[in-house]
Amino acid sequence: MGSSSCSCSVADEKLLKLQKIIEENRNKKGALIHVLHEAQTIYGYLPIEVQKVVAEGMGVPLAEVYGVVTFYAQFSLKPKGQYKISVCLGTACYVKGANLVLEKLEEELGISVGDCTDDLRFSLEGCRCIGACGLAPVITINEDVYGRLSPNDVPDILAKYKE
Amino acid sequence: MQIYRAHVLICGGTGCTSSGSIGLMDEFEKCIKEANIENEIKIVKTGCFGLCAEGPIVVIYPEGCMYCRVTKEDIKEIVEEHLVKGRIVKRLLEGADAPEVDTSAEQTDFFKKQYRIALRNCGKINPESIEEYIAEEGYMALGKVLTEMTPEQVIQTILDSELRGRGGAGFPTGRKWEFARRSVSDQKFVCCNADEGDPGAFMDRSILEGDPHVVLEAMAIAGYAIGADKGYIYVRAEYPIAVQRLKTAIKQAKEYGLLGDNIFGTDFSFDIELVLGAGAFVCGEETALMTSIEGMRGEPRPRPPFPAVKGLWQQPTILNNVETYANIPVIINNGPEWFKQIGTEKSRGTKVFAVGGKIKNTGLVEIPMGTTLREVVYEIGGGIPGDKKFKAAQTGGPSGGCIPASLIDTPIDYDSLIKIGSMMGSGGLIVMDEDTCMVDIAKFFLEFTVEESCGKCPPCRIGTKRMYDILEKITNGNGELSDIDDLYELAEGIQSSALCGLGQTSPNPILSTLQYFKDEYIAHVVEKRCPAGVCKSLLRYRIIADKCRGCSLCARHCPTNCISGEIKKPYVIDESKCIKCGVCMEKCKFDAVVRE
Repeated sequence: MGSSSCSCSVADEKLLKLQKIIEENRNKKGALIHVLHEAQTIYGYLPIEVQKVVAEGMGVPLAEVYGVVTFYAQFSLKPKGQYKISVCLGTACYVKGANLVLEKLEEELGISVGDCTDDLRFSLEGCRCIGACGLAPVITINEDVYGRLSPNDVPDILAKYKE
Repeated sequence: MQIYRAHVLICGGTGCTSSGSIGLMDEFEKCIKEANIENEIKIVKTGCFGLCAEGPIVVIYPEGCMYCRVTKEDIKEIVEEHLVKGRIVKRLLEGADAPEVDTSAEQTDFFKKQYRIALRNCGKINPESIEEYIAEEGYMALGKVLTEMTPEQVIQTILDSELRGRGGAGFPTGRKWEFARRSVSDQKFVCCNADEGDPGAFMDRSILEGDPHVVLEAMAIAGYAIGADKGYIYVRAEYPIAVQRLKTAIKQAKEYGLLGDNIFGTDFSFDIELVLGAGAFVCGEETALMTSIEGMRGEPRPRPPFPAVKGLWQQPTILNNVETYANIPVIINNGPEWFKQIGTEKSRGTKVFAVGGKIKNTGLVEIPMGTTLREVVYEIGGGIPGDKKFKAAQTGGPSGGCIPASLIDTPIDYDSLIKIGSMMGSGGLIVMDEDTCMVDIAKFFLEFTVEESCGKCPPCRIGTKRMYDILEKITNGNGELSDIDDLYELAEGIQSSALCGLGQTSPNPILSTLQYFKDEYIAHVVEKRCPAGVCKSLLRYRIIADKCRGCSLCARHCPTNCISGEIKKPYVIDESKCIKCGVCMEKCKFDAVVRE
């Protein structure tokens, strides 16, 4: 496998990983959400092809899998950017101007909430309280947290990820 | 055992981690080593101290002094001055700008009025060490229950303590357990609701991060009381630190024989599994949470049958919230009479609040029930920044309401809050000042409910959307007086016909703002004006000709080029092109631009 063309082997590797997880959980009660979490970790999002694999593997109708995927906010049908920007829209952040920070991000990135830049570098979403209310308003970019923000801070923060 | 002369406690909760506390640990280790005192000082990563606004926080014992907003550059000074020479670095203390600074954190206004039961170990012990939990009487209550008490006695103790659920509704915990005990079945379940969804509430997360074992111990006690051998903790996937610490805690408890088969050598066995949520607010509702654990769309089910009769996988189940569980072991250890001394007659004990918004000391506070809102805002919270006026406090999240300034002396307990049209909820307390528009806040919560409505029942799915549309119409300046009547009518219909708590309580933010701030609604509808200056469609920017020096700074920064004029003469804004971004007002050096 090592010598075959790389994109193909990566795809196979991912599929094998997913199948292994399905195998481990097939007979566990209520494991569908857990499997979908794992599948999203492997693929980054849950396109319909991945949902089909999960549905067949777990022995549940595709409609049910799709129903679960679209019910929960954590599951995404669209690919995410290399840098996933989440703007906390909890109450504490909202009263401290999180929506202004969000507007500035939309303006700087040229995309709307829920979308991804064409070069797949940034995706932007609003999220529910991450519990860092003491630092409101807060955004996260992948694992990094930025707090006590004003819209004017946005360009400098984005610049760090543009290199 | 090694004895250390001083302990450096560094907060490893989400708030302080976000402001960089983990990097401080390495720096402390390095500086302590350089000073050659590594055998005398112990560094401990703890849970949340509560004063998140001032993070990252470092507490040093035996003095108990609390250093705030500590940076890497400060650490050398702390080590050399405090740990080597014994001189406290006063400039980094909480409230350092006051003339008299208390060196002990417990003496500061923020902590003085607090009474910590649920948070007793948070910020005190290393949450990743079961030994530290045991040293603080951990697992003693479980031992006592299994070896000295019958399940009936355990339930009686909880009943006698009059503990009420801390998740929102305030149902007596003992009664819930009693119902489940009476249900006959081979298999029962104990669940923990750690799906803290209220935006602006994070007390459960702090307990899970700061004291995870207390939840495991309490769930095992509940399992013994109702006759269950299996527990589930349903935790938000958005809380990675909490998930990690719970995993560690479960592993340690199993190694110590405090979970698993034959606990304390008795024939009681109990096991706990973690289930990760996937981001759905409605899963905080008990039946929806159980449907979600079953791996399905987290839609609520009609009650009855209640979960104590038919819950998870149709078996008798109890569900309590994290903070409720955190009270159980202390009640067993100290007895119900001790617990009943704290709080008020109908609301015993304490409540943890996540205080946020327009307040100086944002963070977590635990207060005896019956403390007034004024004490929380002005004494513990330190008041409103910038000397602005207190306008309202919002409690209960999307199910709660706003408490106006005229009711600031209301004691905080379950029944007083219901009486004034709000509710305790899980404990979010958001302070708002004169710059907050109450119609906009109602719209904010409705937008939340519309998005989070699961869609199963029409009153919630359609009704909340209609209410949101009306609020949007009002904030856009197109409202009519009949819209307010429509809001009342819709609210009443939804309250009486929605399937679950999320829907039934969704009109509360509108009803309570209408009750106390109707004049703001009227201003939006009749005068087409937003008194707080928030609703964009109702704002206009104007240049005061007398104050304008004609410097052109505003015109150069205007993104739509809608400001024109001649140099050194007053400029004018063309309102038809203005997008109300406010840049002109921000840039003007002569206060010539006004928003009205």
